[in-house]
Amino acid sequence: MTALAGAAASTLDLLQLAPPGWGGNLLRGLANSVLIAAGAFGLGLGLGTLGAFGKLYGGPVLRDLLAVYTTVVRAVPELVLILILYYAVTDSVNQILLAFGYERIQISGLAAGIAVLGVVQGAYATEVLRGAIQSVPVGQIEAARAMGMPPGLLARRVTLPLMLANALPGLANLWLIATKDTALLAVVGFAELTQQTRQAAGATKAYFTFFMAAGLLYLLLSILSTWGFARLERRARRGLPEVRG
Amino acid sequence: MPDPRDARETVTDMPGQAAPARDEAIRVEGLRKSFGRLEVLKGVSLTAREGDVVAVIGGSGSGKSTMLRCINFLEHPSAGRIVIGGETVAMKSDGSPADRRQIERIRQSLGMVFQQFNLWTHRTILENLIEVPVHVLGVPRAEAVARAEALLARVGLAEKAQSYPAFLSGGQQQRAAIARALCMAPRAMLFDEPTSALDPELVGEVLAVIRDLAAEGRTMVLVTHEMKFAREVASHVIYLHNGVIEEEGPPDALFGNPQSDRLKQFLKSVG
Repeated sequence: MTALAGAAASTLDLLQLAPPGWGGNLLRGLANSVLIAAGAFGLGLGLGTLGAFGKLYGGPVLRDLLAVYTTVVRAVPELVLILILYYAVTDSVNQILLAFGYERIQISGLAAGIAVLGVVQGAYATEVLRGAIQSVPVGQIEAARAMGMPPGLLARRVTLPLMLANALPGLANLWLIATKDTALLAVVGFAELTQQTRQAAGATKAYFTFFMAAGLLYLLLSILSTWGFARLERRARRGLPEVRG
Repeated sequence: MPDPRDARETVTDMPGQAAPARDEAIRVEGLRKSFGRLEVLKGVSLTAREGDVVAVIGGSGSGKSTMLRCINFLEHPSAGRIVIGGETVAMKSDGSPADRRQIERIRQSLGMVFQQFNLWTHRTILENLIEVPVHVLGVPRAEAVARAEALLARVGLAEKAQSYPAFLSGGQQQRAAIARALCMAPRAMLFDEPTSALDPELVGEVLAVIRDLAAEGRTMVLVTHEMKFAREVASHVIYLHNGVIEEEGPPDALFGNPQSDRLKQFLKSVG
């Protein structure tokens, strides 16, 4: 009994926010993970919107380029892409800087992480959004055109809000994947949640404690996200009758 | 915005036209339209002056909806000329509009009503009505709302302003769609089989609204299967068959004394 109480106490000690506890490190790691995931998701959404409209309405050259983008990015494992983009891009930026007589720079892990995961997210988002746009009833777009609505306004006020109801389940998936893909950035030494957890576990040998704690944090994040997306979806589906089996 | 009528061409040299005629709202000249190798319209012309109600009848596949959709360039003509309020729509060689701003301005002056209503499902009925006036035409919001509410009252939907389209019956949706088109204060209305998607018991309420518009002297082109209604409201009826105008004239002559065998047969078949 006392042994169990002692174990519980030492677990709490290990997870305390202030050193020598590692809880603060874990939370900072979580904050970094969320920041990268949010940045990558936002970038991916932007790339995906451009990609989807480009694939649907662009010229043949643009469509081919976008096909290459979505095919290649979705074919290569994300870990490999991260290694390629992180090291290759850092290296080529520095080569260029040196060639022009500047100093080498250290690219921030945050910016690199957002860029890499954003490019990956963009490829998947392109397909999610393309499908969603295609499922917008064509008559509603035609009605807007028939009333003389310019293309930009039509996309913003009619096509995008209508397709959102179809896109949100897919986008929610992408967001959850983004939150977990941030763990891949541990391989380039970025201090996100998984990397922080490994460090804490390695230093204290309390593997079970820290990986369970990290797992709970990821779970909490995804529960909150699911709740948020459910709210967004309710809002996007306003005006549509509920479909129940 | 320049008055499109400034660019109006003289029509006095056209044969058979009385000199002080009402202004032309819509003129279609030699309209041809092909989908691939299928020629749907083979040279169709029509003129609607201010206050005219032109009804277009014909069997399915006769090209009547395509003709209507060419007037506001939802379909691109293969050949021919479209003149709205005296202003010729500039076309590229493939029939697409050459000047985006011109075609947008012309579309704003033509209120289109579709068979499937096509209300925006993510906006309430009131929002549907004020969308284009507020966001495209720059009408102050309060003014647009006042106009929209008056129009909804007129089509009998005042209490549905805050409802979403999916919760209205087909007849109510179509009346709302007519109000939405009217809210732009168009020069003319285009009706594309406005009652064809409705249950029979809902047709009457929509026709009543259209009849009301005809009575106040609205210019309109009406593609319809409702022969009795066409005869009642139209000032001119066009019978289209296989992409050509088989017969046209005042409703009483066309329905009461059809000349061509095809029209006689068509009128017999629709009842």
